[in-house]
Amino acid sequence: MTNQEALYIYLLRLGDNALLNGHRLAEWCSRGPFLEEDLAMTNIALDNIGRAQAFLKYAAAIHGKGKTEDDLAYKRSEREFYNHLITELPIGDFAYTVAKQLIISCFDVLVFTDLSNSKDETIAGIAAKALKESRYHFVHARDWSYRLGKGTEESHRRYQHAIQDLWMYTGELFEMNEVENILLQEGISNNLQEVKSNWINLIMPILQESSIRIPTVDYMQTGSCKGIHTENLGHILSEMQYLQRAYPDAKW
Amino acid sequence: MVTTTAHTKERIFDLLSTIVDPEIPVVTIAEMGMLRDVIVSYHACEVILTPTYTGCPAMGIIEDDILSVLKTNGIENPSVKLVYSPAWTTDWMTDTTKEKLRKFGIAAPTHSSCSNWLKPTDVSVNCPRCNSNHTHIISQFGSTACKALYSCDDCKEPFDYFKCH
Repeated sequence: MTNQEALYIYLLRLGDNALLNGHRLAEWCSRGPFLEEDLAMTNIALDNIGRAQAFLKYAAAIHGKGKTEDDLAYKRSEREFYNHLITELPIGDFAYTVAKQLIISCFDVLVFTDLSNSKDETIAGIAAKALKESRYHFVHARDWSYRLGKGTEESHRRYQHAIQDLWMYTGELFEMNEVENILLQEGISNNLQEVKSNWINLIMPILQESSIRIPTVDYMQTGSCKGIHTENLGHILSEMQYLQRAYPDAKW
Repeated sequence: MVTTTAHTKERIFDLLSTIVDPEIPVVTIAEMGMLRDVIVSYHACEVILTPTYTGCPAMGIIEDDILSVLKTNGIENPSVKLVYSPAWTTDWMTDTTKEKLRKFGIAAPTHSSCSNWLKPTDVSVNCPRCNSNHTHIISQFGSTACKALYSCDDCKEPFDYFKCH
């Protein structure tokens, strides 16, 4: 694998994570538990779609051959997506979304802190921007974590269930393969093993403060770095890509 | 005939300085700090723009407005390039810009670049209408990506707060 190929895959991964998380969060539009949360979810969705656009645009430029960010979002098939499995999981109930957002935003804050010092200037710029946005996402998820965890018996039960259910998807966030290793040596990407210990230090006190039992799981799900996904991604793409598949190159 | 060479960088900056933010029409893109640079060559003109938020839907409109102003003024081959580095920050807003926001009904960012990001609500935000500091946050996420929703406890009016970023 050349450095350029590694960079392309890495940018797809950053872009796909944001694209899938944003797409899922947008499902809350008009369905939030109340108006302010509806706006919060869709605002966070918008930030994610925006950074997906930025990363995929850069990926398209690295790939060359005249592709655009829209080609990458709308014309790749399931096996060509590299998003973490957790991002494509259904939004579930509100507690499930908060649990997803807490896990993802803790990870994002740490990763974008590192990447804002990337030797790749474009990645550093997008990461510096994304970091500021992710900090707001993190605070939002953290504060809801406290409220759900220490709220009613029902909110606690639902939130505990969500954390339990999602925990086996946290392992692959920190996987490092050929792509990450090549770019780490170049000073472009970061060390995900270091992120892992920082992530644990960040999320554990929040879960404890939320009276949530830390799950123990024997098996961690994996596959997305090879383009192997849950059954959810195909369903998402069939909806997300419908227009460009049915009417190729249609313009808004 | 108007040619590109007749337009200096300063002249183009002046032209672009009339373009307002479509979501906050009292401030221009220059005052917001989004207009970073203009690169003029013999047959082309490239405008360097830094987005406020990655997903800001106003960016597309602003790009169209820039191209339209440049074409109307006879500038050949205008283009817009989005540059993310250095990342845009509310620190780039001048006091004059903040005062314009306040008159428009939007409380301006209170401190520099989210130094206290773990507790973003620990700031004293003054009501843009009655200037009272008895205000409280309703939602960290408001009508646009850049704003939070607050309410004044004295004049009882809700208002937007431009978040530190």
